[in-house]
Amino acid sequence: MSIDTEIPVDEVTEPWWELTRQRRLAVQRCGVCGLAQLPPRLLCTGCGGDELELGAAGRRGIVDSYTVVHRAPAPDVAVPYTLARVRLVDGPILLTRLVGDFEPRCDQPVVLTWLPLPDGRALPAFTREL
Amino acid sequence: MTVAVVGAAECDLGHTGRSAQHLLAQAVRRALDDAGLRLCDVDGLATTSRLPATQLADQLGLCPSWTDSADAGAAVFERYVARAVQAIEAGQCAVAVLAYASDQRSARSRRLGGGYDRGTPEAQFEQPYLPLWPLSYYAMTARRYLHTYGLDRGDLARVAVAARARALANPAAFRHGAGPLTVDDVLAAPLVSSPLGTLDCCLVTDGGGAIVLTSLDRARHLPHPPVAVLGYGEAVTHAAMATPEDLLTTGVAASGARAFAHARREPADVDLIQLNDSFTVSVPLGLEQLGFCPPGSGAAWAGTPVNTTGGGLSYGHPGQLGVLLVIEAVRQLRGGCGPRQIPGARTALVHGTGGIGSSHATVILEAA
Ligand SMILES: [Zn+2]
Repeated sequence: MSIDTEIPVDEVTEPWWELTRQRRLAVQRCGVCGLAQLPPRLLCTGCGGDELELGAAGRRGIVDSYTVVHRAPAPDVAVPYTLARVRLVDGPILLTRLVGDFEPRCDQPVVLTWLPLPDGRALPAFTREL
Repeated sequence: MTVAVVGAAECDLGHTGRSAQHLLAQAVRRALDDAGLRLCDVDGLATTSRLPATQLADQLGLCPSWTDSADAGAAVFERYVARAVQAIEAGQCAVAVLAYASDQRSARSRRLGGGYDRGTPEAQFEQPYLPLWPLSYYAMTARRYLHTYGLDRGDLARVAVAARARALANPAAFRHGAGPLTVDDVLAAPLVSSPLGTLDCCLVTDGGGAIVLTSLDRARHLPHPPVAVLGYGEAVTHAAMATPEDLLTTGVAASGARAFAHARREPADVDLIQLNDSFTVSVPLGLEQLGFCPPGSGAAWAGTPVNTTGGGLSYGHPGQLGVLLVIEAVRQLRGGCGPRQIPGARTALVHGTGGIGSSHATVILEAA
């Protein structure tokens, strides 16, 4: 994967990104209504509350949908690659990639893996369950 | 119903070699000529954030009392129809011009990856995966659509084939002289973001246009039969690709239902559907969400005519299709569209979609 610029962070999302250095996937949980959400926000999308804490996310998810990108968005990007919307067992959906040698399909179970970034952080991705 | 569309015109379309600001001025002049009005009659002006109304007003020597320059993708012009009706009813302006133009083909300015603002959550959580924007979102919607209803790429290809057939009857269409398209042609075209191939995607052209609105009372003294704004509705659902719970429940449904309720009409009353077709999947899913046909059946739709110009797929797509959807509806409701005229067309539904299915606006127009 080629990423031109360093991925930005902000004061709310930085702790989430720091956990990726230890390959820990977190979701943000609401202390009032219990909703799990991603990306981390200042307010809960369920109740508007601001008592939000990062907690460990399950490693499993389900492919909601996917697409194989055949045309590169920039000259230095290698194609093809597979993008997907994966629904975590905790509820939130992530835009992510499917990696590994398998034919994806909708509603397929997948498991977390990581794509390392040059600065030590990592991007959550998913692969077929063994 | 107190406000009508009285003027409608396209600027040059295709590969024009012209700059956007001059295409915009050309569109305004043509729409005013069509309306039988002059520049000095205009006191309301709306464009998009790409070429703000402030800029266009200066270019035209106007000091308008009502302007808007929102950033809501292609839905913005259907939304402006509603805003212009409200502004005219409130006495904020008497004659409103809504105009759009792009030189994206001549300027080669379209980028497959889109442009992410570094300040948005998507720049952190989506752009790093390198989606094509907006294409990959519609591709995932198409994949989910095919999976859910047991369809295949050939079913979506029929949408592109039908669009081409309509463009062949429209001399203004970019693909007018390109000859008919077959399902096999669409399937054989290179994949861009599966299951969508190049012929499942809209054209990239220069183009645009303008429409003119004023009170229905004044409209009755102008050259063309007025086209009244009967009702409108809007919906905004998401900005990020990961946000929607269900890719197949789109903002089209809520926006359309609001417009039908406001207009006191239903799908059976509609003679023409003008629907944003940036990608083939948008048409069947849109028809279903608007209530014209049951889920999963839209690709075989042969009812009320859709996108009589040939649409974004074969007529032209200057980045934001919204204003062109209204222009064709107005022409059809006036009559006189030649070989593509829908006989006796009286009521039209126009639906604009912006971003990645993010913002929606629906307008229902009727020959007054
Ligand atoms: Zn909450």
